[in-house]
Amino acid sequence: MFDTGGVTASPSPSFLNAGPDPGTNPGTDPGSVIRRLSELIRPVTFAREQTLPVLEPLAPLLADGALTRGSLLRVCGIGATSLALSLMAAGSRDGSWSAVIGLPELGLVAAAEHGLVLDRLALIDAPPTRRSAELIAAVLDGVDLVLLDARMMLSGAESRRIAARLRERGSVLIMVEPVCSMAPVIALSQTSRTRTSTARTSMSQAAGGWSPDVVLTVAGSQWQGLGEGHGTLRRRRVRIDAVGRGRAARPRQLEVLLPADQGSVDVID
Amino acid sequence: MSSTEGRSADRVVRSLVVRCADWPLVAAGATPDQPAVVIEGGRVVVVSPAARAEGIEPGHRRREAQRRCPSVVVYPPDHDRDARLFHAIGAALEHITPRIELSVPGVAAFPTRGPSRYFGGDHALAKQVMTAVAGIMVGLGWPDSVGVGVADGRFVAEQVARVGGVTVLEPGTSASFLAPLPAGMLGRPELCDVLRRLGISTLGAFAALPAADVVARFGADGLVAHRVAGGLDERPPHTAPPPPHLTVSIELDPPVERVDQAAFVAKGLAERLHDGLDAEGLACTRVCITAETDTGACNERIWRHEGALGVGAIIERVRWQLDGWLNGPAVLRPTSGVSRLTLIPDEVGPARGRQLGFWGGETAADERAMRAMARVQGIVGVAAVTVPEVRGGRSPIEQIVRVPAATVELAMSRGGQPENDQSRFVAPWPGRVPTPTPALVLPEPLPALVCDQRGSVVAVSGRGALSAAPATLGEQNIVDGAVGAVGAAAALPIAAWAGPWLTDERWWDPVAHVRRARLQLLLADGRAVLVCCEHGRWSIEGWYD
Repeated sequence: MFDTGGVTASPSPSFLNAGPDPGTNPGTDPGSVIRRLSELIRPVTFAREQTLPVLEPLAPLLADGALTRGSLLRVCGIGATSLALSLMAAGSRDGSWSAVIGLPELGLVAAAEHGLVLDRLALIDAPPTRRSAELIAAVLDGVDLVLLDARMMLSGAESRRIAARLRERGSVLIMVEPVCSMAPVIALSQTSRTRTSTARTSMSQAAGGWSPDVVLTVAGSQWQGLGEGHGTLRRRRVRIDAVGRGRAARPRQLEVLLPADQGSVDVID
Repeated sequence: MSSTEGRSADRVVRSLVVRCADWPLVAAGATPDQPAVVIEGGRVVVVSPAARAEGIEPGHRRREAQRRCPSVVVYPPDHDRDARLFHAIGAALEHITPRIELSVPGVAAFPTRGPSRYFGGDHALAKQVMTAVAGIMVGLGWPDSVGVGVADGRFVAEQVARVGGVTVLEPGTSASFLAPLPAGMLGRPELCDVLRRLGISTLGAFAALPAADVVARFGADGLVAHRVAGGLDERPPHTAPPPPHLTVSIELDPPVERVDQAAFVAKGLAERLHDGLDAEGLACTRVCITAETDTGACNERIWRHEGALGVGAIIERVRWQLDGWLNGPAVLRPTSGVSRLTLIPDEVGPARGRQLGFWGGETAADERAMRAMARVQGIVGVAAVTVPEVRGGRSPIEQIVRVPAATVELAMSRGGQPENDQSRFVAPWPGRVPTPTPALVLPEPLPALVCDQRGSVVAVSGRGALSAAPATLGEQNIVDGAVGAVGAAAALPIAAWAGPWLTDERWWDPVAHVRRARLQLLLADGRAVLVCCEHGRWSIEGWYD
């Protein structure tokens, strides 16, 4: 350790960990001055602390336990629509507006069952391709939660511009590609390792030049309650894999009921 | 005067109110025997007597009104026109008293103290007013829609005027007149909704509540409603005139002859008035607008508002007043342009600010979203922006429909129920497939084939029995109306199924009658789907995604 008692202006690293020296006046001690200054200029909230809430059971899936404002999410797999709706539910309940761009198949009753507040939901038909970017930017200006039909085509430059706008406005954009064709789907029964790599691939090759912050893949969906001519669909057990960039880089995995008996999302007992 | 005794806060101004019922329709040129409505913001706001007889009520949607009376004539709202034509009534009343107070076109009021003494009592005054106003209304073809009421307090007088004809309430009987009236008369739907659920249905019961408790529960607005329900004025009458330095005035050189020019000048003037009021923490609840011409003609009106008059509201009133004067009938029109415009804050109160709604109401987020929606409508067109509205029905596509955002008030609740109360989707619809509901509902059902083990299409009997257990779900191609199944490769095996849920809707209507049977199918690949059979044809309604 250096003796810093006599030094007044040297940016020595020991300033940062020097305790109050009993020999000097604490008001003029350079270490305490710097600490006081750093307290003053410390940002009040970090960007990552500005979040929109998610329902409790989904919190372990996201890096901050909530949706980071300004982030872009991509949701895919069977059950993607349900997951996207559940992700928006808590924010909508807390007073945020949500908007859906495109996605003419979206079931509005299901949206209400998943917890979206219909009084604060706007539905916007998919615009002609040349006006898509302008439209998305306009929606992001006023709406916190935006659900975007991933089938809308945008150029790489446009999607980058929208991503920048998204970070600036602090909304959350969720892209979803619904699976509603008759084409058979390959059974998703892969090992954990290949699953993660699939998610990574789908992240890098995300359509239209988008680079999502988090990719959520729903897999292993198992409906419960339906029998051979009896019962009804009651709940579905799904596994969700999350892969992302930056703070969300660590792969996460979560098994939940989506929907649970009450129509929303719940933990597995 | 009746109530000189009592505390000064409880003193009320005995007033006369002239009310021309359905004025917007009168101004629009409708006739009383013709079913007509004015629709604003997608809802009926004014109903003619003939339309009321057909069952149309304020608050109905256009379609509902047209269903009850297909021949109904729909007029768009035009407040400027209403105010302009109402000027004739104001001018007729001016021969009786100089202090006329207007709130909305169709209703005029004045304190009766002076004129009553001059004409020899409230009854004589009311008859005089009736003769003057009825003369004009007969000319417009609406002889029966005038009501004149005299009572203690303006609100009571207006309720009395609603009765029609001439009614004079004796001093001191206001509270007993109001007591049996329904609480809905207060014109505050949210408050009335709460009161109804608290078991308070009449104004008398509401007025009987202790004022302190009403303030504690409902705030300042609740107190105003409570005073009104008890037959008092909305605010204690002001004994001291407002400070004269708040009055603003402007000389117009050259004189202004057009209303839009005057409204432009009025904007600056109203802003000055507000700055002055703001500096003292006051808000204006009644404003006197005076316009003078070079030749000495003068037009003066007092405008009141239940809340506070904002800058926009004052400009609108200047426009209404001058429109009626400058563009009115030749006998009333001034001979030269307006050379001086004065705004006198006639009644001021402490500014309470605009409070965000206690029961929800508009928030900053709503405002931001609405601005964004307006821009989006500019980009993709008005019809492309929709909002969900709960309708009710059995299929997922019927229960909530998309209505154009432009036709509804975005800040208002459209469910009519507490948020996310799922019972509203369930309650009265037998035959509905139980929750969960498909997250993807196809706008156009996709034709499909539900086949049994042997490959023949599953049939549903009239009693809801299936011909065989469904085994595969396949695509279907329709070629010239003939149904042909695609090869087995496209068929997806069914792992589990349930149903059918049968509905037999509109059996009374030969055209709209539908019988449907719905099945929930779980496919072997883990997806679940809702299929529907109608006339022996299967289609996919939605995916449980």
